[in-house]
Amino acid sequence: MDVYLPIANLSVNGFVIIGLGGLVGILSGMFGVGGGFLTTPLLIFYGIPPTVAAASASTQVTGSSVSGVIAYSRRKGVDYQMGGVLVVGGIFGTFAGAALFRALQQLGQIDTVINIVYVLLLGSIGGIMARESLASVLAMRRGEKLPAKKRRHHPLVANLPLRWRFYRSGLYISPLAPLILGFATGILTILLGVGGGFVMVPAMLYLLGMGAQVVVGTSLFQILFVTLASTMVHSLTTKAVDIVLAVLLLIGSVTGAQIGARFAQKLPPEYLRLLLSVLVLLVALRLGIGLGFRPAEIYSVELLP
Amino acid sequence: MNALRHLALLVCAWLMTSAATEPVLVPEVSQRDIQIKYGFTGAELLLFGAIVYPGGTPPSGDNDIVVILKGPPQSIILREKQKIAGIWINAASTEFRSAPGYYAVASSRPIDKIVDERTAAIYEFGLGNLQLSPAGSIDPKEQSRFLSGLVDLNQREGLYKQQEGSVEILEGVLYQARLSIPASVPTGLYTAETFLVRDGQVLAAAVREIEVRKFGFERFVATAAEYQPFFYGVSAVLISLLLGWLGGVVFRKI
Repeated sequence: MDVYLPIANLSVNGFVIIGLGGLVGILSGMFGVGGGFLTTPLLIFYGIPPTVAAASASTQVTGSSVSGVIAYSRRKGVDYQMGGVLVVGGIFGTFAGAALFRALQQLGQIDTVINIVYVLLLGSIGGIMARESLASVLAMRRGEKLPAKKRRHHPLVANLPLRWRFYRSGLYISPLAPLILGFATGILTILLGVGGGFVMVPAMLYLLGMGAQVVVGTSLFQILFVTLASTMVHSLTTKAVDIVLAVLLLIGSVTGAQIGARFAQKLPPEYLRLLLSVLVLLVALRLGIGLGFRPAEIYSVELLP
Repeated sequence: MNALRHLALLVCAWLMTSAATEPVLVPEVSQRDIQIKYGFTGAELLLFGAIVYPGGTPPSGDNDIVVILKGPPQSIILREKQKIAGIWINAASTEFRSAPGYYAVASSRPIDKIVDERTAAIYEFGLGNLQLSPAGSIDPKEQSRFLSGLVDLNQREGLYKQQEGSVEILEGVLYQARLSIPASVPTGLYTAETFLVRDGQVLAAAVREIEVRKFGFERFVATAAEYQPFFYGVSAVLISLLLGWLGGVVFRKI
């Protein structure tokens, strides 16, 4: 099924894109992440221009986080106050990200920066996750119980001025901490087309010390609004959101997410986390090796206005 | 076959009225309007026509045809990757003010057999003779490296083509050439130029214009994204919210 993408200006096999969305959807349903960190690189491998890939992937993440947010808010798994602060930071982040994006584009370095940021982020987070989940899987095998970690926020967070009470998260901390965290993920959303869940969830757990029962829901809440802002910012600045591409991806990912969620119920969470970390590390490795290999094309063309 | 009948009529009309001494080209293209819409994977164009000689019969000797199909000129920046500190990054760049987004040349015999280098350069016969108006002053060696890089890249993407010997001439008076256009071509006004060459001299030339444009839904989307970016962004968001929500509702029931 050939489909012409009116913004990317090329024709693709629609089934491949739907399948790709489905694959990402299964993984996001299994692991509770948006999956943007897989969509953008896969689209770029397939030949979609990186800017269009990042812009359209963020539109797709909006869609795939909706049903999650609804489900978590029913279970009171969203801290709206914390989420609101994160979203405000995130929206400022998308503006800053857009300026950064344009500057890098003019320098001709946007693709390289996207790749390097991916490698560093996925490599470090995948590494931390792999170590932690491997330890818990081994402990589970031996039948031991890991000593429960004491929930505490990072000393850096404790030193920030101004304190608010976040009841649902069970925290009394400075709103500046989530504001800065939101800002940083906002930049990532614009640059990489990711929701930022894979950065947000560990940061909420280990930096802010939020209660585990609201972490995923609140992260999805922030992702929903920040990717929404990112789609708007991309539409207004880079004009690279390809709605046909986003819809194809969504058809796949919405279906895949439901299948993935059913898979997830059959596997213990320790194994799931280990699997996810292996996957994240593989993507990082592939992108990292790609940086050093001679690319297929040495030359690239960019249109001037 | 309407085009053919049209052409035949034109030729007849010409034969009846003309008393000129120079040969004249009557070119036609199979499609004047190429519409990019759902499922567009490219198009194949047939460029054909007649050579009308005074007196009706072709003179002896080599009569050659060169056909050039050219897309709208674009202002581009061409970047070159180099390996720096183990990583391939864009290290050098140059600008071209008028690089055609599409360029295909077809000829009845190899171009260097038809015309000398000077004539080929004047009429831009062949990928080596493209005039792209490079901007800024970089040395000629570097410029030719960038030029061959661009030509090589676009050739592999099917945007630049050189098909020597692919123009067929029938009975010395009818010619035809096939050129394909990939899905990734830029939109705009294209020109199909036909040249009649004998003894290294261009004797006649004629131009037809072809419009390549997005059509229907594809045109609507591209125009909305360009001129109504706010409306476009809001629609994109609403569509993705709706699809995401629907997916959740539908699957909860299964």
